[in-house]
Amino acid sequence: MKILYGMQQPDEGTITVSGEQVVFANPGDAIARGIGMVHQHFMLADNLTVLENVVLGAEKLHGIGGKARTRIKEISDAYGLGVRPDALVEELGVADRQRVEILKVLYRGAKTLILDEPTAVLVPQEVDALFDNLRELKAEGLTVIFISHKLGEVLSVADEITVIRRGTTVGTVDPRGTTPKQLAELMVGSELPTPETQESTVTDVPMLEVDGLHLAQTDLDGVERIILDEISFTIHKGEVLGIAGVEGNGQSELVEAIMGMRHPDAGVVTLDGTDISHAPTRDRRESGIGYIPEDRHRHGLLLEAPLWENRILGHVTEKPNSRGGLLDPKAARADTQRIVEAYDVRTPGIDVTAASLSGGNQQKLIVGREMSHQPKLLIAAHPTRGVDVGAQAAIWDYIREARREGLAVLLISADLDELIGLSDTLRVMYRGRLVADADPATITPEELGSAMTGAATGHLEHTEDDAR
Amino acid sequence: MNKLTSRIDKERLLLGIAAPLLAVVAALLVTTLVILATGKNPGDAFSDMVTYGFASDSQVYILNKATTYYLAGVAVAIGFRMNLFNIGVDGQYRLAAFIAAVLGGALTVPGWIAIPLIILCAMATGALWASIAGILKVTRGVSEVISTIMLNSIATAIIAYLLQPGKLGQLDQAGTLVSTKPLPSSLYFFSFDTGAAGELWGFIVVAVIVGIAYWFVLGRTRFGFDLRTVGQSESAAAASGVSVKKMVATSMVISGAVAGLIGMPTLLNDSHQFSNDFPAGIGFTGIAIALLGRNHPIGIALGALLWGFLERTTNHLEFQGYDKEILGVIQGVIVLCVVIAYEVVRRYGLKRQQQRVGAELAAQAAAPTKKQEVA
Repeated sequence: MKILYGMQQPDEGTITVSGEQVVFANPGDAIARGIGMVHQHFMLADNLTVLENVVLGAEKLHGIGGKARTRIKEISDAYGLGVRPDALVEELGVADRQRVEILKVLYRGAKTLILDEPTAVLVPQEVDALFDNLRELKAEGLTVIFISHKLGEVLSVADEITVIRRGTTVGTVDPRGTTPKQLAELMVGSELPTPETQESTVTDVPMLEVDGLHLAQTDLDGVERIILDEISFTIHKGEVLGIAGVEGNGQSELVEAIMGMRHPDAGVVTLDGTDISHAPTRDRRESGIGYIPEDRHRHGLLLEAPLWENRILGHVTEKPNSRGGLLDPKAARADTQRIVEAYDVRTPGIDVTAASLSGGNQQKLIVGREMSHQPKLLIAAHPTRGVDVGAQAAIWDYIREARREGLAVLLISADLDELIGLSDTLRVMYRGRLVADADPATITPEELGSAMTGAATGHLEHTEDDAR
Repeated sequence: MNKLTSRIDKERLLLGIAAPLLAVVAALLVTTLVILATGKNPGDAFSDMVTYGFASDSQVYILNKATTYYLAGVAVAIGFRMNLFNIGVDGQYRLAAFIAAVLGGALTVPGWIAIPLIILCAMATGALWASIAGILKVTRGVSEVISTIMLNSIATAIIAYLLQPGKLGQLDQAGTLVSTKPLPSSLYFFSFDTGAAGELWGFIVVAVIVGIAYWFVLGRTRFGFDLRTVGQSESAAAASGVSVKKMVATSMVISGAVAGLIGMPTLLNDSHQFSNDFPAGIGFTGIAIALLGRNHPIGIALGALLWGFLERTTNHLEFQGYDKEILGVIQGVIVLCVVIAYEVVRRYGLKRQQQRVGAELAAQAAAPTKKQEVA
């Protein structure tokens, strides 16, 4: 994908666009050839309008005034994007922002669109709307490359599916003659995993109690934004509490508040009967919180450090990593080797840098590390994001196993199937509040989705009419 | 599998040495061109540098110089490992040496008490001066680059004010030099007598100890791990439970304390007083040496020795009719090349390792299938 967009150069192989063999030295070359990319993480300036964001860097095309506005309108109408050029980007929702990203690419004359995990941040209804847009684009003669881990979506939107595993193409199939199961087997290379927990292991011993957590932040304009609003919940031993919600509704802040990386204005956090509301992060980790961060590159790893140093990260005060004030590299290395074997981290050795592992293997290393210190509570934020299906199944297994052994798990995910499959209790977070709860045994992703957009609150009951 | 791991390691070592080597070679090339441009013979210049540089009196001179430079390099490197750019090493060591010299001049206790006292006083002064920048950064978010540069100027002004006859300074008999009260000879640091080659400063022992301590604390202690973590990724450090702010302040203080030692070899082994011709600007030399030595205790030592060698030999070149500015050219080019070479080598190394890991995994994945085919 990075190669297609000119961000990296291939060692061998060729790219052919419209029958012509091309070489991309940088993204500019790719854009000139009509290839556009919509990144998973939006690249928009919040304090500018849609018009300004679109023309930014492409001022030469149609200027920055009326002509540009007309062109944006044209594109928006032609593909049914419904973009308002004068709206401020910060006022837009995630789905609207994504449409602005698509428009940005089209404005630069793209004929081939690459979408990288475009649905990760969308609720089901928004996904449907996006697919309508994509069909619109297709009807107008554009080519769309849709990259996703979600099989159902790929099957419903694609005309042809290519499965890539460990850097090689393993097969190209026609979606009409393929079931999700077959596709998944191609991806994993073996049996298909499902995120389903078996018997309930919930006990009535509370492990983590969060009471009245409140966090407000004043932004640059002096406007106070409430990020966490009266958050209260309890996780018992052996319970997985899943939190659903569109990203950016306070989930990250909630996790950081529990980890002690952010200091809430009010509220009490109690772990296993001990008040840890004011304890520093290190004390919280030592007292038994395992943490799988949502952004493993920023919070979970030292990318340029070898694996065994990454194994120490976050647990430097604990055995086997150190004795007294001194590191114990020998023991840490031995234990890293154990994790690599036990958690099937695919690496040629423990001296390679974390950056050279694939996302799935990085994540397995993190899971292995966090599980190696007998945690009482595991915070798993998007534990399988950007992870291949094989590693995903493995990570689900570890979480399930830990739960059987009496671990309390706080699971935050954008993958609704994962949430429904793993959780014992489900809560929905919307604009910093826990607005709804649901029983994962009966709820459907669509019903959860409507609560995630704020359309439904309270206790969600599954009704037969809602079922598709 | 073990074989491959060791190969990757060897390669990493090779890459590590490649960068400074590349830089030095590039610097030699540029110097050659410069000497050629002035119409002189670079071959003669280089051979003169080598023969003169390896004479025994030169060796002692170089080691003495390198002692000072090594301490400067380590002081800067402590900051670098944290992603802190302590430009203020310069002001820190000058102020520290000044205060220590004043204290030394006033002390009347025996040497075995006084010398440690002087050294501690210098370290404390350096640490205090550096802590101002550290505290500003932690509490107000002031960039340490800006604050330490300004603190350098302030240190210069403070020393100039206090080093006046009638305040803490005194005029020498010739009436040309203002200095602090000289240290009594009982407060001279020990030195090794090497006969005709001159005296090797005893402070080289302290420099070696500092180097070992630097390696041990950073590589083998929890504190050092935390420090390196913050240097590599502040966000990961915070998530792992390191208090980043505390770490910033602490490492600034340690960097300043080591900076306080820089002036000690000169003060205790050589000048025995702080005068207005006390060596200045060594803090900046330290930056170059830390860069050249890759913040590695042995690398810094090699860098310090190279710097001493260049200084000694280019001084001599001047008497042979070459321009003394050659020194500046060589040093400047080395630093420039080092920065570029490291970045190039670092990126190349990362990419190469990713490819190797990929290839290795592909080979692992392919191995069982092949077996099946055979069966």
